[in-house]
Amino acid sequence: MFKNLIDWIDARIPMTRVYEMHMSKYPAPKNMNFWYVFGFLATIVLVNQIVTGIWLTMSYEPSAAGAFASVEYIMRDVEYGWVIRYMHSTGASAFFVVVYLHMFRGMMYGSYQKPRELLWLFGMFIYLALMAEAFMGYLLPWGQMSYWGAQVIIGLFGTIPVIGEDLALWIRGDYVVSGATLNRFFALHVIALPLVIVILVFLHIVALHEVGSNNPDGVDVKRPKGTVAEEDKTKFEFHEYYTSKKDILDDVVPFFPHMVLKDLMAFGVFIFLFCYVMFFNPDMYGKFIEHPNFEMANNLKTPEHVFPVWYFTPFYAILKAVPDPFLGVVAMFGSIILLALLPWIDRGTVRSWRYRCGMHKWNLIIFAIVFIILGYLGGTPGTPFKEMLARVLTVAYFGFFVALYLYSKNEKTKPLPERITK
Amino acid sequence: MKKLLVSLGLFVGLVSSAAMAAGGGALPFKADIDQTDKASLQRGAKLFMNYCLGCHQMQFQRYERTFNDLGIPVELGLENLVFTKDTKVGEHIKNAMPSEDGAKWFGAAPPDLTLEARLRGPDWIYSYLKSFYVDPSRPFGVNNTVFKDVGMPHVLQELQGVPTKQEVFEERLIDGEMKTISLGEKFVVDGSGELSEDEYDRAVLDITNFMVYVGEPMILERESMGWKALLYCLIFFVLAVLLKKEYWKDIKK
Repeated sequence: MFKNLIDWIDARIPMTRVYEMHMSKYPAPKNMNFWYVFGFLATIVLVNQIVTGIWLTMSYEPSAAGAFASVEYIMRDVEYGWVIRYMHSTGASAFFVVVYLHMFRGMMYGSYQKPRELLWLFGMFIYLALMAEAFMGYLLPWGQMSYWGAQVIIGLFGTIPVIGEDLALWIRGDYVVSGATLNRFFALHVIALPLVIVILVFLHIVALHEVGSNNPDGVDVKRPKGTVAEEDKTKFEFHEYYTSKKDILDDVVPFFPHMVLKDLMAFGVFIFLFCYVMFFNPDMYGKFIEHPNFEMANNLKTPEHVFPVWYFTPFYAILKAVPDPFLGVVAMFGSIILLALLPWIDRGTVRSWRYRCGMHKWNLIIFAIVFIILGYLGGTPGTPFKEMLARVLTVAYFGFFVALYLYSKNEKTKPLPERITK
Repeated sequence: MKKLLVSLGLFVGLVSSAAMAAGGGALPFKADIDQTDKASLQRGAKLFMNYCLGCHQMQFQRYERTFNDLGIPVELGLENLVFTKDTKVGEHIKNAMPSEDGAKWFGAAPPDLTLEARLRGPDWIYSYLKSFYVDPSRPFGVNNTVFKDVGMPHVLQELQGVPTKQEVFEERLIDGEMKTISLGEKFVVDGSGELSEDEYDRAVLDITNFMVYVGEPMILERESMGWKALLYCLIFFVLAVLLKKEYWKDIKK
């Protein structure tokens, strides 16, 4: 009966074929460590954001007069509305936590290198769309930080010479952030950008499965046809799409169930942390939900300090570190564009930092530390010392790419193992 | 395992570096509130409705929800805690003062207080209510050390008495000699209030407690659900580990 149903569907759409190709018969290197779970977790968070977002939309009112009250209505009068809203607000920050770790994984193990350049680019586009999505979503509660944060960020576009002011006006739909801005941000936040993100995630996964997953050693687990002895070949049955092109080493497991079970373990840890924040510390000391946002937007009253939410603060620090506003904007966008160009800036051929020169390891570690400190600086009131530090670290941020470009040309690497190690 | 700890550390680092930014100026008093103390919340509600609601609304919170959560019978609440005419118990906690008049009378319209505890934190509210002092240069004759030049009169003066900021001295035996030393500026109350100092602190703490409740009325439900959720996550994690081990036992490292 069940079998008949499946056959009936398979005769009409390639359900089983797609499932096998991308789940049960997709080869995943068995040495993938816990750094490889963040893509899975990001997908889970994406689903969480979409589902809770739909329910929030049912009770949210996108208007300057009603938005703030409707959020409190959700928190107080809608049955379990507070659960939905905290899932959504915690999910927004969780999204960036897992995405930043996911990106750093890619940098450690050279997952952006040939042939995964397009995979990395799709990822960077997801990251950009995600930033736009988060920024627009943050306006919707219509609190003080929503309002003034949006005012500041849209103002950045105003610094572009010649077209800047008109561009900012076009984005806002008004001379200041207003109900018109709120309405269009709502439309973009609930329809346009989620659609873009979902499509990009689809392309990201298609690109990943076409070239195959990298692993912590950065050594290929698929080799040219006829170069692998029979006893070294995998004992699992993989989809013919992969086996017909390459010989697959005995270094892989099927994505489902083996890799999915690993991911589920990580999910257990993740959801524990998530629930802790959501149920015991939903505003996370004013970082996931900033305290001034509990006051309704007031265009006559500027808060003492305006900070973007924590996940934007590293870039905000770079923006503020440059004395000229327009050059600051250029530096900020440049800092993201350079990340996207990593596959071409890194001229090395060895992928994983395990087998690259010591300088590379330190360069990456320092880059991560610089990023975190910039995030701290961008989210706290400035002092002369902090401003100076932000400038030094901004130079250090860009220095990472310069150094990488230089030493990767004739890098002294360690010998690569023939097969993946543990 | 070591790597797992490193990544957890990275996560905590990401978040806590951000959290450090959250602190502000030091407040003089800490509010030791207890959301499970229904009697305190009820007293706080009574004080709020009598002393604060005349000017400050809680326009997102409903009377009925408040009475139910605080264990106040609805009839009793309607009779004793609702002062506006023809108000039904399902309505929001509002007053009759037009905000334009408020702006005219006090320089700025008295803000809505539904979310005040989430905006400024319980310590701030508690400290603020304890930090009024006589200052003849101000329109209402009082100022506040927590909120400088605030437009609000000291509405709790009949409870606290008249507070002044004075330099306080103490006699101490130093090197065998009695000396008078300054303890710095402190609030001194003249004793004309209905409450003793301890009773006033208690009353102000009750108001703070009540405002924290209104800021997030599901706070107790949230935490009790949280423990269940965490327990469930633990069970899920154990099952996931066991299942993973079972599937991976034949895979050579």
